[in-house]
Amino acid sequence: MSPADPSDSHQPTTAPAAALAALVRAGETSARDAVARHLDAIARLDGELHAFVTVLPEQALAAADEIDRRVAAGEDPGPLAGVPVAVKDNMCTRGVATTCSSRILEHWRPPYDATVIERLAAAGAIVVGKTNLDEFAMGSSTENSAFGPTRNPYDPSRVPGGSSGGSAAAVAAGLAPLALGSDTGGSIRQPAALCGVVGMKPTYGTVSRYGLVAFASSLDQIGPFARSVADAAVLFDVIGGRDPMDSTCLDRPLPRTTSAVGDGVEGCRIGVVRELVEGADPAVASAVAEAAQALARAGAVVEECSVPEVRHGLPAYYLLAPAEASSNLARYDGVRYGLRVDAPDAESMNAATRASGFGPEVKRRIMLGTYALSAGYYDAYYGQAQKVRTLIIQAFARAYEQADALLGATTPTTAFAIGDKVQDPWAMYLSDVFSVPSNLAGDPAMSVPFGADAAGLPIGVQVLAPALGEAMVVRVAAALEAAAPRLDAPGIADLPLLGATGEQR
Amino acid sequence: MTPSEDTAPYPGSEARGFEPVIGLEVHCELLTQTKLFCGCRNAFGDVPNTNVCPTCLGLPGSLPVLNARAVELAMRIGMALHCDVRPSIFHRKNYFYPDMPKDYQISQYDEPINVDGHLELPDGDRVRIVRAHLEEDTGKTTHVGGGGRIHEADHLLVDYNPAGVPLVEIVSGPDLRSAAQARAYVAELRSILVATGTSDGRMEEGSMRVDANVSVRRPGASELGTRCEIKNLNSLRSLVRAIEYEAGRQGALLDAGERVVQQTRHWDEEAGRTVALRSKEEAFDYRYFPEPDLVPIAPDPGWQKDVAASLPPMPAERRGQLRGLVRGDGAPVASTAQEDQIATVVEHALDGLVVAAAEAGIPPALALARTANEASAAAQAARSLDEAAYVALLRMEHDGELTATQAKVVLGDMLEHGGDPAEIARRHGFEALAADSLASAVAEVLADHPDEWERYQAGEDRLAGFFTGLVMKKTSGRADGKAVAAELRRLRA
Repeated sequence: MSPADPSDSHQPTTAPAAALAALVRAGETSARDAVARHLDAIARLDGELHAFVTVLPEQALAAADEIDRRVAAGEDPGPLAGVPVAVKDNMCTRGVATTCSSRILEHWRPPYDATVIERLAAAGAIVVGKTNLDEFAMGSSTENSAFGPTRNPYDPSRVPGGSSGGSAAAVAAGLAPLALGSDTGGSIRQPAALCGVVGMKPTYGTVSRYGLVAFASSLDQIGPFARSVADAAVLFDVIGGRDPMDSTCLDRPLPRTTSAVGDGVEGCRIGVVRELVEGADPAVASAVAEAAQALARAGAVVEECSVPEVRHGLPAYYLLAPAEASSNLARYDGVRYGLRVDAPDAESMNAATRASGFGPEVKRRIMLGTYALSAGYYDAYYGQAQKVRTLIIQAFARAYEQADALLGATTPTTAFAIGDKVQDPWAMYLSDVFSVPSNLAGDPAMSVPFGADAAGLPIGVQVLAPALGEAMVVRVAAALEAAAPRLDAPGIADLPLLGATGEQR
Repeated sequence: MTPSEDTAPYPGSEARGFEPVIGLEVHCELLTQTKLFCGCRNAFGDVPNTNVCPTCLGLPGSLPVLNARAVELAMRIGMALHCDVRPSIFHRKNYFYPDMPKDYQISQYDEPINVDGHLELPDGDRVRIVRAHLEEDTGKTTHVGGGGRIHEADHLLVDYNPAGVPLVEIVSGPDLRSAAQARAYVAELRSILVATGTSDGRMEEGSMRVDANVSVRRPGASELGTRCEIKNLNSLRSLVRAIEYEAGRQGALLDAGERVVQQTRHWDEEAGRTVALRSKEEAFDYRYFPEPDLVPIAPDPGWQKDVAASLPPMPAERRGQLRGLVRGDGAPVASTAQEDQIATVVEHALDGLVVAAAEAGIPPALALARTANEASAAAQAARSLDEAAYVALLRMEHDGELTATQAKVVLGDMLEHGGDPAEIARRHGFEALAADSLASAVAEVLADHPDEWERYQAGEDRLAGFFTGLVMKKTSGRADGKAVAAELRRLRA
């Protein structure tokens, strides 16, 4: 089959969110109608899915009316005019609870908006709600939420992945065409894979972290969820770009990706990374192999390659991320905001508040990180992990001398059953084994759906590129999307919304 | 704690044959408009918790952005202390305390901006500067209710206005050998900070804070003794008293065959002694690691050059200039008293007044004495004195239009209210007595007391005082005593 012949493609590249925005901007449909239909779907389906921690009907409808008024006045509200967006509940929204799915922040209302929230508003997008996550983004299943787990739209007995499970499930079920997540070790890509949607972790420093509640500052990055590569690209282009409020933002032109989506992969050199497939379930491994073949058919030069250093990524990550987290989460001490459990003196108040406010996984990582940074252990743990990080950066750099992009699995397995891994943290951590290396390297990576296992559960394949290589990522991902086997719609979903936005499943 | 710990006071350590070894850590607040990592006002004395924002309150999701002006002021300090100014990074210093908004302090650790400098004391001794690094201040806690002591308080109030104010911590080598020398170091450092416009150096407002590391050893010993760090030294007086007490305490311990335990100690100003806060074993593990929210500071060479070029002359150089003026006055060297005066004048940044006066032809010794003794007593007011007015006052004194006593009175008024010295003198009735009125006043007194005049002419010198008193009375004190004495001598001759 040749991708040059559109009739051969099972799933022509579509951009439902961008299409919706185009209709709103043209005045052919109203933002109020779009938002109301999504709010209605949330009302009907989210009782079972529990993708949202907070839904914002009044605020969203008011914002939609404002968009409609501006369109009527002949103004252009922006590239995402009237498009509902679900936002992971670890991004600050002014006056709206931002809980991180933790008891310790359950009632906290930030006095300010995260930079990404401001950029969504500037593009005409409408935040319909805040989505569930593993507490403080620590987890791979969304079971660590203090408010109960989110369910996978393909099978409610299974997890949606995590930590951005709520955002992934919302997009998969049609509750929002777009969502924001944060990815510290795979928290966008892993749930995207398990829920059959597109998710991208951009280059570290391309999207402002201002207003993102920190988990591990040197690894955290906000990124898009969408039902198509093209939509993910639009959302990335909207939220990205330098922000004076975040010193770690790159002072370089943002890679514009929207225009690169249709560029194809003719002549692109793609390396299939052995270590990013080994140990994966056979169905996942064969999906990667099929994806590689599809790219070759689309004109790419595909070769197997090896980046052995990535095998050390997971242990290094589970020292560095908890180390930073132990410091980032110190501020939840009951003094200034959030939960306070009273006690006779400040020190016991701190201890009582933290004992009661944090869940077991958060406590485990704070302990782990505190230990890794302790005098006498710093060099052996934190210092050593930093060296591994440097080795991984160098190893990727070598791989990119031979390849424009790399291909691997996003996760070793498809969605697992709720409760399966909660008692075994290491088994849970292994879900991130293929995603963590990109965070350590700071490079962009995207998970794109590529078929399903025998049970009909979605499989994601991962496209990696060097820093600021987002345009290459979306080119390759779009080619994969075009060639991907048909994926059935989830069992829990608003089918008209999935379809009405012009999407084929 | 040892039983002997609480007995006070101790005789000086020198009396026991010990030499104190002192190193100082001085924190100074930088004179920036805004805080180190956010745009909040850096101001002292505002209503609590009004100069705050998500960043300096440590709200979830907030991030620090480095203040370039603070980096520039830190470089100024480093250059003034002859440091190597280097590329640097920030670390996080982790510990829990309610006045710490993030429960970590952003500070520089093993890659500070300034290292390996020195400070030259007025007596010429050099003190090594190990480092001078940037860090953020914490909030300020007040214990309320109960007995007023920390463990008795009902609750704690926190003001986060100071949280995030830029500080430079200047760490000296263990090079100081007496409390007096430590005092001289702090005074000199303060002069340098004031001269460079980096800090106002006000210890009483807390914009300059000193911690002292003190140990003792036998003179000539090469090893350092076990040290204690003394906190809460809010004045030069406290610094001197605390070091003397602590060195004495350690000397007494060693004399008694006990050992000094490495501790952090608190200076209790009222009780006049240091009290143990925590021992080395109880010390915090700060779990330092590189601050991931900030990027390395690498000031470009052009910027560094501009900063270096903008540095004013340092106190040591300015003292040299004053010495030169005094020597030019005819003296081969400055006297000990003048050395003290020079140090005082430069410490209070009033040397500009002396130089201006000397350039206007006033004898430098007079300008130096008046500036060191009178103007320095109200240094802040003196720094805003009108230079021309001050020179005019000194000229009136030099020309005999005002007596020394009168000149001091006029200066007092000028410091308090400002104004023109001639007019102030007139207001006080200090108009200079014309030479002929003085002569006629003397003649009148002599005519009224012919017997005494005869005895004086016969050599009874002590009668000069008698006549002077009468002349003063007659002129309502406007006559210059020295001028009267001169007139008497002239008439007798």
